[in-house]
Amino acid sequence: MMNNPSAPAIRFDKVSRHFGEVKAVDLVDLEVGDGEFFSMLGPSGSGKTTCLRMIAGFDRPTSGKIHLYGQDVSSLPPYERNVNTVFQDYALFPHMNVEANIAYGLMVKNVARQERIKHVEEMLELVQLSGFAGRKPSQLSGGQRQRVALARALINHPKVLLLDEPLGALDLKLRQQMQIELKAIQKRVGITFIFVTHDQEEAITMSDRIAVFNQGKIEQIGSPSDIYERPASSFVAGFVGTSNLVGGEIAKRTTGSEQTFSIRPEKIHIGSMSDNPASGMISLDGVIRDVIYLGLFTRYLIETEDGVDLVVVEQNLKSTSMDVLSAKGHKVRLSWHQDHISRVGG
Amino acid sequence: MLNRISTYFYQRPKLVLALFLAPPMLYMLVVYLGSLFSLLINGFYSIDDFTGIIVREFTMRTYTQVFNITNREIVFRTATMALVVTIVDALIAFPLAYYIAKFASPRLKTWLLIAVTIPLWSSYLVRVYAWKLILAKEGILSWFINLFNLTGALEWLLGLPGIGGSSLSLSPIGMFIVFVYIWLPYMIIPIQTALERVPGSLLEASSDLGARPSQTFRTVILPLAFPGVVAGSIFTFSLTLGDFIIPLTLGNSKFFIGQAVYSYQGTGGNIPLAAAMTMGPVVIMVLYLLIARRLGAFDAI
Repeated sequence: MMNNPSAPAIRFDKVSRHFGEVKAVDLVDLEVGDGEFFSMLGPSGSGKTTCLRMIAGFDRPTSGKIHLYGQDVSSLPPYERNVNTVFQDYALFPHMNVEANIAYGLMVKNVARQERIKHVEEMLELVQLSGFAGRKPSQLSGGQRQRVALARALINHPKVLLLDEPLGALDLKLRQQMQIELKAIQKRVGITFIFVTHDQEEAITMSDRIAVFNQGKIEQIGSPSDIYERPASSFVAGFVGTSNLVGGEIAKRTTGSEQTFSIRPEKIHIGSMSDNPASGMISLDGVIRDVIYLGLFTRYLIETEDGVDLVVVEQNLKSTSMDVLSAKGHKVRLSWHQDHISRVGG
Repeated sequence: MLNRISTYFYQRPKLVLALFLAPPMLYMLVVYLGSLFSLLINGFYSIDDFTGIIVREFTMRTYTQVFNITNREIVFRTATMALVVTIVDALIAFPLAYYIAKFASPRLKTWLLIAVTIPLWSSYLVRVYAWKLILAKEGILSWFINLFNLTGALEWLLGLPGIGGSSLSLSPIGMFIVFVYIWLPYMIIPIQTALERVPGSLLEASSDLGARPSQTFRTVILPLAFPGVVAGSIFTFSLTLGDFIIPLTLGNSKFFIGQAVYSYQGTGGNIPLAAAMTMGPVVIMVLYLLIARRLGAFDAI
């Protein structure tokens, strides 16, 4: 069975990669659909980059199979896989100019020079770098190198494009701009993108689906809103955004079960002691221990009667820094809707 | 007081730079370029054939002598040897340097680099004499060759006109083997350094874009390692051009440049001709560097 268009773009079948004693990737099952923008999110050493490298062919699974549109590619060398990569350090060839870099994939396939030039021009237009063909990589800025790396990877019309933390080296403004642009380019070319990142905000902004990696395993796969609003484990709740994890006695008193749950800081309302909780609301009393003014919003650290610390974030809609900072030491009544909690087990 | 001195220098960075650079610059100018210039000048003197006394008058006679048939042959023979030694050293060094730079584990890399440089810790003379014994007619190498019943092949090789001889140690072939051995570290280290600076991701990118290993080698590895090959070849080429110990110890009676210079200024007492001969390697090296620059060897520096 060669390329089957109805098969998933990528399928991992119990894939493991061990480096000696270390299980970098441990029995991972995964499916990425055709045309999807799929992110692999996780801290460094969680196995996400190893998974990407195994799809590209730079690394081989210790056990398990990797399928690309139904074809088993587990033991094919990189140059026989119709998959291209945008590297973290861009990996542009320093001795070639932009045109030669982008045309490289066609050059090694012996495509005629005239045709190569035509395709390079199309690619330069796609990444908005027309007129840069003659420059050397050393004469480009970080963002421009990024675009050249993207054009070079896309010129082969790969079935799947792999991106290994491609925005990591850019400054914040440029990174946000490239996020939007990458997404737009993906829509235009319609290629499956697999995007590796440790930046949860980036993953949430760009992805159709996210796989959260931890210690060689996938903790959760789902849409950005799934991952954020219904984290399946305490690791996901803590890694994607910030979260309050509440367990034990208070959990039992407020929810009727000792199972740990997570509640996002922005879902908690700070009210006065005279407030009576409406139906469906859970309430707790506490004292404001610390206030951090962050301009757009304020972060409060509140110690509940039971001695548990909760982080609460409120937008500064009407309050000024004077108002919020003077709240330190006040007794408050916290409340949140029972639907906003997510059980994370443990 | 100390404060005032440091402030004084702080405010005059150019003075500090001049003070630091003056000694090495003076050394370069006086000792290094000065002696080179002195060689050039000495070549314009001549020797009185009858008395053997140096005549300190400008003449082109000595430089003309360099171009007589005997000396021309010496220069050609030496340059050919230097070229062949350089090419063979590069061919041996490249795979080894590539392995050290790109595949060896950090531990193994340290050991391999020590292994490459360890010969440089012992005296060059000792090593040349050791090779003389190894290559001798009754030496260990012929013993080995005999063991594999290849004596016939060796005799055929030694029977080749021009490069053969009565034994390996008395033939240009033996000289060539020792030259290749002696200068090999000077070729391995620059190539290894150049390859070390090529990020692994470039090789992965090439393969990722569809290049087979042989294509990656031609289009990425070789161009990026080329400055290292040129740096190494400058060592092997110029060291072979100027060496006189190996031609003195091994090989036949045919002269090499270094040997000729040695005998002209020593037994011959003809310092002007020795000086003029020395300019031969200098001119060849300048031409060599110009060609290397043309090929883009220094673009990355």
